[in-house]
Amino acid sequence: MSTVQAHGVAGHHADAHDHHGPEKGWRRWVFATNHKDIGTMYLLFSLAMFFIGGLMALIVRAELFQPGLQLVDPYFFNTMTTMHALVMIFGAVMPAFVGLANWMIPLQIGAPDMALPRMNNFSFWILPFAFTLLLSTLFFESGGPAGGWTMYPPLALQMGETFPMTIFAIHLMGASSIMGAINVIVTVMNMRAPGMSLLKMPVFVWGWLITAYLLIAVMPVLAGAVTMLLTDYYFGTSFFQAAGGGDPVMYQHIFWFFGHPEVYIMILPAFGVVSEIIPTFSRKRLFGYDTMVYAIAAIAFLSFIVWAHHMFTVGMPLAGQMFFMLSTMLIAVPTGVKIFNWTATMFKGSLTFEPPMLFAIAFLFMFTIGGFSGLMLAIVPADFQYHDSYFVVAHFHYVLVPGAVFAIMAAVYYWLPKWTGHMYNMKLAKLHFWLSTIFVNLLFFPQHFLGLAGMPRRIPDYSTQFADWNLVSSIGAFGFGFAQLLFAYIVWQSIRGGAKATDKVWDGGAPQGLEWTLSSPPPYHSFEVAPEVK
Amino acid sequence: MAKTLKYAAGLAACLPGSAAFAAWDLNMPVGVTELSRQIYGLHMLILWVCVIIAVLVFGAIIYSIVKFRHSKGAVAATFDHSTKVEVVWTVIPIAILVGMAIPAAETLINIEDTRDSDLTVKVTGYQWKWHYEYLDHDISFFSTMDRDSDRARQLRAGVDVRGIDNYLLEVDNPMVVPVGAKVRVLLTANDVIHSWWVPEFGMKKDAIPGFINEMWFRADEPGTYRGQCAELCGRDHAYMPVVVKVLPREEYEAWLREQQGEGAAQAAASDVTSDAAAQIVAKAE
Amino acid sequence: MAQAQTAGAPADKYYVPHHSPWPIVGASALFVTVAGACMWLNSANGGRWVFLLGLTLLATMFIGWFGAVIRESESRLYNAAVDRSFRMGMMWFIFSEVMFFSAFFGALWYARQYSVPWLGGEGVKMFTNLLLWEDFEPAWPTNGPANVGGEFEVIPAFGLPAINTAILLTSGVTLTIAHHALKAGNRKMLNIFLALTFLLGFLFIGLQAEEYVHAYRDLNLTLSSGIYGSTFFMLTGFHGFHVTIGAIMLLVVWLRSMKGHFTPTHHFAFEGVAWYWHFVDVVWLGLFIFVYWL
Ligand code: HEA
Ligand code: HEA
Ligand code: CUA
Ligand SMILES: [Cu+2]
Repeated sequence: MSTVQAHGVAGHHADAHDHHGPEKGWRRWVFATNHKDIGTMYLLFSLAMFFIGGLMALIVRAELFQPGLQLVDPYFFNTMTTMHALVMIFGAVMPAFVGLANWMIPLQIGAPDMALPRMNNFSFWILPFAFTLLLSTLFFESGGPAGGWTMYPPLALQMGETFPMTIFAIHLMGASSIMGAINVIVTVMNMRAPGMSLLKMPVFVWGWLITAYLLIAVMPVLAGAVTMLLTDYYFGTSFFQAAGGGDPVMYQHIFWFFGHPEVYIMILPAFGVVSEIIPTFSRKRLFGYDTMVYAIAAIAFLSFIVWAHHMFTVGMPLAGQMFFMLSTMLIAVPTGVKIFNWTATMFKGSLTFEPPMLFAIAFLFMFTIGGFSGLMLAIVPADFQYHDSYFVVAHFHYVLVPGAVFAIMAAVYYWLPKWTGHMYNMKLAKLHFWLSTIFVNLLFFPQHFLGLAGMPRRIPDYSTQFADWNLVSSIGAFGFGFAQLLFAYIVWQSIRGGAKATDKVWDGGAPQGLEWTLSSPPPYHSFEVAPEVK
Repeated sequence: MAKTLKYAAGLAACLPGSAAFAAWDLNMPVGVTELSRQIYGLHMLILWVCVIIAVLVFGAIIYSIVKFRHSKGAVAATFDHSTKVEVVWTVIPIAILVGMAIPAAETLINIEDTRDSDLTVKVTGYQWKWHYEYLDHDISFFSTMDRDSDRARQLRAGVDVRGIDNYLLEVDNPMVVPVGAKVRVLLTANDVIHSWWVPEFGMKKDAIPGFINEMWFRADEPGTYRGQCAELCGRDHAYMPVVVKVLPREEYEAWLREQQGEGAAQAAASDVTSDAAAQIVAKAE
Repeated sequence: MAQAQTAGAPADKYYVPHHSPWPIVGASALFVTVAGACMWLNSANGGRWVFLLGLTLLATMFIGWFGAVIRESESRLYNAAVDRSFRMGMMWFIFSEVMFFSAFFGALWYARQYSVPWLGGEGVKMFTNLLLWEDFEPAWPTNGPANVGGEFEVIPAFGLPAINTAILLTSGVTLTIAHHALKAGNRKMLNIFLALTFLLGFLFIGLQAEEYVHAYRDLNLTLSSGIYGSTFFMLTGFHGFHVTIGAIMLLVVWLRSMKGHFTPTHHFAFEGVAWYWHFVDVVWLGLFIFVYWL
């Protein structure tokens, strides 16, 4: 027993009931096992990555400000496009949602912590290393990855010495996501408070549970795909080379088998967030809870059988095109159910418009716009025109920026007082909302027109007839970017101090859920004693 | 199909700018082929369906925002589900989707039908230029972006690109085809994946190394049609334009003769030559 | 999956470790490992050594981390809920491994079902064959129309691979016997059959290595033998790697069992490794059928 004690294990056992606080100094973060600390690290990391990825987008937009090549070499431009996407997806949006999961899932299901706390910290700490590896490619002579975030061969195989760095960075991100997802599933399935049956869980938890299944199912497939790239490059395999009996398009199938569920990985937790916020500020219960859950499940299921809608132009057999068109269109049905249910929740409610609600409502509008353009893309003949044009860029930014990113901001504004114990500056937050909403539309709406008029994506320079809308779009980009400085400032302020938040935070509203039964900020160990849920 | 087309075209006329301004283009070109017009019709059809649904949904949201404000003393109702309306708003979208899928499928079947072509051209993508090979005739050539554009597009070239005609959309040797002929395009690539796209023809298709893809178009009006490579293919992806000149029959024949030189002119007049490639095409039919 | 905890006695609390250095050690170890691999692949000086350093760090991490878990487990800090978490975690980890393999099985299926027939002119890709690869007859096995890597022979299913199948299946049986022995409290049986299991595992790996040497030396079947060589070595290679990991884990479990760890009711580590071993077994069956046999 004494050896055990020396490792500080039995010591805890002896007085496992102690109410110790966090460790002091850097050890608290580096050796963390606490879900709130890890959640905080995830969120801050993701904010940093959002700024880095955004800076890259601004380089892209600056070059596209007017026709002609003014600022950067075309290769570097491609690198910026590629890195922007990788950083935003794997560095900003996904970690932000994992951070939210870490903070909120134990609070919402009445658990003391995440189920596997050490692995939780492992998942987080892999990320800074992975992105160090990825971002450091910029400092190599041969330049960073420039084949698009989709890394299609044979183009991806033309990279220089930074190729394996990119591949391994992706492997690491995948490992992190898989462990994070396992943790979420185990926590939700095993750690719920007594009485918290599955269909009593908050929709945010549901959204994340299903997202976690998607992650475990598809991240390993991405790992497999990029591993095959690596062996084609270094070890002479022929997976993606016709000469040896392979096919470049095979990569695309494997990649999009991951890639399509991936986009829902970035939106299902957002659905969860919105499903929490709208009822609170409508002072009315969520309309159609059960169907909301089933709709998420249906979307997740369908997401596995639609992948080839990203590849309609590769020359698939007719039957394949038909199948993937129809299955893709079907996704509009469960998604529509969600939109209608949110609307019905607001209908005959009693609405107030605090910052989280503003972002949630904006999400409703603009995600729907992005969904509609998605539906248009699903129509194969029309996609022959839209594909690889700025119309696609407009589509996915509508679902990702005023979709996923707005939902993340809504979530932060919703739960920030709970986390820090301080209210934030509502006036500034509303200003942030209006600036963001106006500029984001200025930024992405004109891209629909550009795409329809025939502007391909991933080009650093364009023909003069595209000049005007590009100018508008770039102005929108810089406006939107600056507005985000405000966001960082508001968060910073609330961490530093401010009016004391009550336990319920939104006393005027009708927030549901166990998180509001704890103090703001909650005790270091969330639910020492499991609450009883009736 | 014809009816939806007419309907869509009618609605399209309401969209400002589709024809009027050159620079502030808002919409897809109608194009000059049967396929491009069908695709345009489909595009407008879905667009308007989405617009109508958007008006309804957004209308309901805005109505709620205006009507049910806490500040105006609205008191929240207590209902939280209704199986009836949920069934309704599941079934109606399905019906709408079926309505879209049918014309889409028809068009798609038409697009995939490459039979009975009058002319077959093999197009090969290179980093960063196109190669055209007329399989029924003994003609082949590379097509590269023109000099003016190339000079102006260099980093900090200091050239006002607005002064250049068809900046980035002009080539030295355009592809030339006769008006009204069904042209089958066989696409492949030499190095990485490219994609051959002319918006006015309604189509793009990937050129994949080691494989050959097929597509077809039949241009109804003579003219010069421009597009670009549409699949990221490396550093100069933005600089491999596609230009197709559609000529009246006689001019096309003249072009053919010029290309083949006087000697081969006779042979070219008859459609079938002893060329091996032509035989392959014949065999494939 | 019932509820985790009940409000009650401290002994019934869900164990949350207070801090741990191992995650950060693991994350840095992964970084060093892949950085070394990058250097090695680019033939940079010392890459191999950085890589090995990374692996060493990784090994340290595993020993330290699992060591801590074993100590906690043996001092009965884990209640039933913690045990359930470990089980679920392991199951979903194995599921992620299944998906990893399915990427490669998918590649095999795609190559045989689509790319090779297309190169031979079937279906929508008639011109592919007529204009690009005129003499290519689709068949399997193949190294593609360009005969990449040169002529090669394949390893027949009903030779060494069949023996290997028998070995792995037997190891599954011995492992199950060991499990029953553990549950019955029969330590001797447990130790013997556990030992048999990992010995069979190492035997499998040995034979597999033999097969690789034979393939490279005598059959000219290599990683670069076109799509056949690619799928063959990637699938069997990753499988072999997993068998190695599994066998090492079995060895560790055996050492623990020799030290008297585990009780008839309390032996998650054993079960987790057993699941892993069965998973490796099932993947092999897939390989035997789709890679060697059909
Ligand atoms: C969060 C991310 C996200 C989300 C949620 C979606 C949602 C959808 N996407 Fe999107 N998509 C991306 C991210 C996303 N996408 C990305 C990143 C790419 C590009 C990748 C790349 O190439 O780099 C892409 C590309 C992409 C393509 C390929 C385009 C191309 O390259 O040619 C297609 C094609 O079908 C498509 C379709 C759809 C559809 C049908 C949906 C549907 O889920 C949308 C469903 C929603 C609605 C339809 C609106 C609400 C519904 C109603 C109000 C009900 C009533 C409606 C009707 C009956 C019409 N997407
Ligand atoms: C979640 C994912 C995500 C997010 C959030 C974004 C956000 C943004 N994206 Fe991104 N984008 C993608 C995912 C995303 N994008 C993907 C997947 C692609 C495809 C890549 C490919 O083709 O391979 C893409 C491609 C892409 C393109 C096309 C590039 C091309 O085809 O060449 C463009 C062009 O405008 C663009 C712009 C932007 C802008 C302006 C933002 C803005 O929303 C960013 C806003 C944030 C900031 C601006 C940072 C915050 C502020 C500061 C840093 C302070 C400093 C501010 C100033 C100095 C003004 N993106
Ligand atoms: Cu060729 Cu892009
Ligand atoms: Cu998709």
